[in-house]
Amino acid sequence: MTTTASLAPNTSDDASIRRQRIRAGLTRRHVNETMFRGLGLAAILAALVFVCIFFYTILGKGIPSFQQPVLHLAVTFDPDVITSPTPPARAVGQSDADYRAATLAWQREVAGLNWNRIVEAAVRAKLPATVDMDSRQVLSLVETSERHRLRERFVADPSLIGKTVQLELLASANVDNWLKGNIDRSLSDAQQQLSAPARATADAFLADGTITWRFALSIFSNVDSRAAPAAAGLAGAFMGSLYMMLVVILLAVPIGVASAVYLEEFATKSRLTDIIEVNINNLAAVPSIVFGLLGAAVFINYFHLPLSAPLVGGMVLTLMTLPTIIIATRAALKGVPPSLRQAALGLGASKMQMVFHHVLPVTFPSILTATIIGVAQALGETAPLLLIGMNAFVASVPGSPLDQAAALPVQIYLWQGNENRNFFEARTSAAIIVLLGLMILLNAVAIFLRTRLERRA
Amino acid sequence: MDMLAGKVKMTQVPDMAPQTLDPTTRRTRVTARDVTVHYGAKQALFGVSIDIPDRAVTAFIGPSGCGKSTFLRCINRMNDTIEGCKVGGKITIDEDDIYNPALDVVELRARIGMVFQKPNPFPKSIYENIAYGPKIHGIARSKADLDEIVVTSLRKAGLFDEVKDRLQEPGTGLSGGQQQRLCIARAIAVGPEVILMDEPCSALDPIATAVIEELIDELRANYTIIIVTHSMQQAARVSQKTAFFHLGNLIEEGKTEDIFTNPREKRTQDYITGRIG
Repeated sequence: MTTTASLAPNTSDDASIRRQRIRAGLTRRHVNETMFRGLGLAAILAALVFVCIFFYTILGKGIPSFQQPVLHLAVTFDPDVITSPTPPARAVGQSDADYRAATLAWQREVAGLNWNRIVEAAVRAKLPATVDMDSRQVLSLVETSERHRLRERFVADPSLIGKTVQLELLASANVDNWLKGNIDRSLSDAQQQLSAPARATADAFLADGTITWRFALSIFSNVDSRAAPAAAGLAGAFMGSLYMMLVVILLAVPIGVASAVYLEEFATKSRLTDIIEVNINNLAAVPSIVFGLLGAAVFINYFHLPLSAPLVGGMVLTLMTLPTIIIATRAALKGVPPSLRQAALGLGASKMQMVFHHVLPVTFPSILTATIIGVAQALGETAPLLLIGMNAFVASVPGSPLDQAAALPVQIYLWQGNENRNFFEARTSAAIIVLLGLMILLNAVAIFLRTRLERRA
Repeated sequence: MDMLAGKVKMTQVPDMAPQTLDPTTRRTRVTARDVTVHYGAKQALFGVSIDIPDRAVTAFIGPSGCGKSTFLRCINRMNDTIEGCKVGGKITIDEDDIYNPALDVVELRARIGMVFQKPNPFPKSIYENIAYGPKIHGIARSKADLDEIVVTSLRKAGLFDEVKDRLQEPGTGLSGGQQQRLCIARAIAVGPEVILMDEPCSALDPIATAVIEELIDELRANYTIIIVTHSMQQAARVSQKTAFFHLGNLIEEGKTEDIFTNPREKRTQDYITGRIG
């Protein structure tokens, strides 16, 4: 009680003691505050540095791979090579099936031709006479996919026979590595991927303009390829991811929002709802790979849904996203002021009218944000997809959610593990840039819709 | 809306009831008998019995936590929404038992409107705020009907002249007093018989309060009004009948003049002279 007595505001002595005590503590308090601010700033700076390093590496590696070398060659569709030049004409009275069979037989024949000879001849035409290279060395400059492109070109237009056409052919991944410096130029011949004359030719071609840099459209337009790395692209994985996002949005949003609304607005509090609530919260913390196991066990083993299908992937990701959406929606519903509910109920609105006319519209921006964050999370998820076979090598663009497909994050994972490291390290970064771009786009849409809706409300 | 305003005929303002009207001679609109309320294990209201006269203002006064708001919320069953709340006893409106399980609470709340302590317009346009009630109850048969209801309700709430040019602007953009009048207009639009007001002026400044009080005085010609208030002056100004609550009990009720000039109970006397509360 002496303290209280000394703090009595009556005498001037006590007042000065009080001031002294306050002043004594003042320095300490200011030091504490400054230290706390300093630490906070340091934490933010550290985070920024990490983000910068991340973007520097990804962008530094990824951006160059959006450029790739192409060879400008005069390609002659040599009749000596193309020995079956004319497609079968339709005979009078020939049935559709017969005609199709004949056409297919012709196409098979064309495919069996040695298109490499045409490619080789086109490259050799550009080579100075002094260069001595065997066929393998010459062909190592051009990506293997290009002979198929020549064949397809011919099948589409058989009149090309005997003609010479100026074409752009993709340089091989090894040429790409060599020209971009992704492989150490001082390495010995035995450690190089290209032979010495091929390396010299690549340099010479770049110098004389036979090889130029072109935007790597193949990243967006082509599917994955192992035989022709330079032609490998993300189209299949992109469509696969897109289908999965569709499935997630179509399943997770209605189920998630409906569950949240029911639990929050309609369910009477009981032991059962408590247990459900705890379990939903726990589900949000379950490692994603467990959902993959569940998907493999239930969707694939029990329901016999196809492996590697975006539908199954989307369903697994839905399971993973649901808790996020439910929890966020419930939090948003909890945040609606009771006065709004009372206003509606007081006017005689039924509970459902209250929820759908007033509560949900107010929470809509938050629900939307939660949904898009959940979907973005699902978009970047890899582990559960590996367990339902989405790490299979799929070289086609899926036409429906039931077709086999890859997914963007899985494609990144597969490319990162590809044996042509020098080339695919850059491609991996490029794929990460595409994935990040997609996520930034999703978030931008979320922010745009949110601000728009909030302004309207 | 100006064009529209021209088409709508002015609502007739019926003769004002004199301030000295004797509520005991009025027909009883709402009757409560032995009403008890429990919040879980805690009893909040102990056997309240009161008759609410038709087309008059009845004020519930009493210190905080005395049960006056709780009782008010029993009348339109807003307590239903509170978890663990149990209401006993009997409340009737025109002989209809409010707690009869066969009675539809939606219909009940259309008959008994409510205005809350804090103005709570919907985050929608002024027009939408008022049109909402008639819309959900299917009262308006056409768009023109609805327009007329909106304008009439705004006029009755004395708000029309202030907002007629901005009916499509959000109701939340109005001042506090205007928002509260908007809420009153919103309640009126459904055509209730009884209007419950839960401290409608406690969030308003004195000028806005005076406007609302005037409005209440006009409205009582057509509606049965029950108002909960913290302010004894307000009760004295606007009500014809007053009920004093204390610690969950209805201590005393009667003509407002009698309660304020000649209370029978000592506790009432103590409260109105400022000794408790």
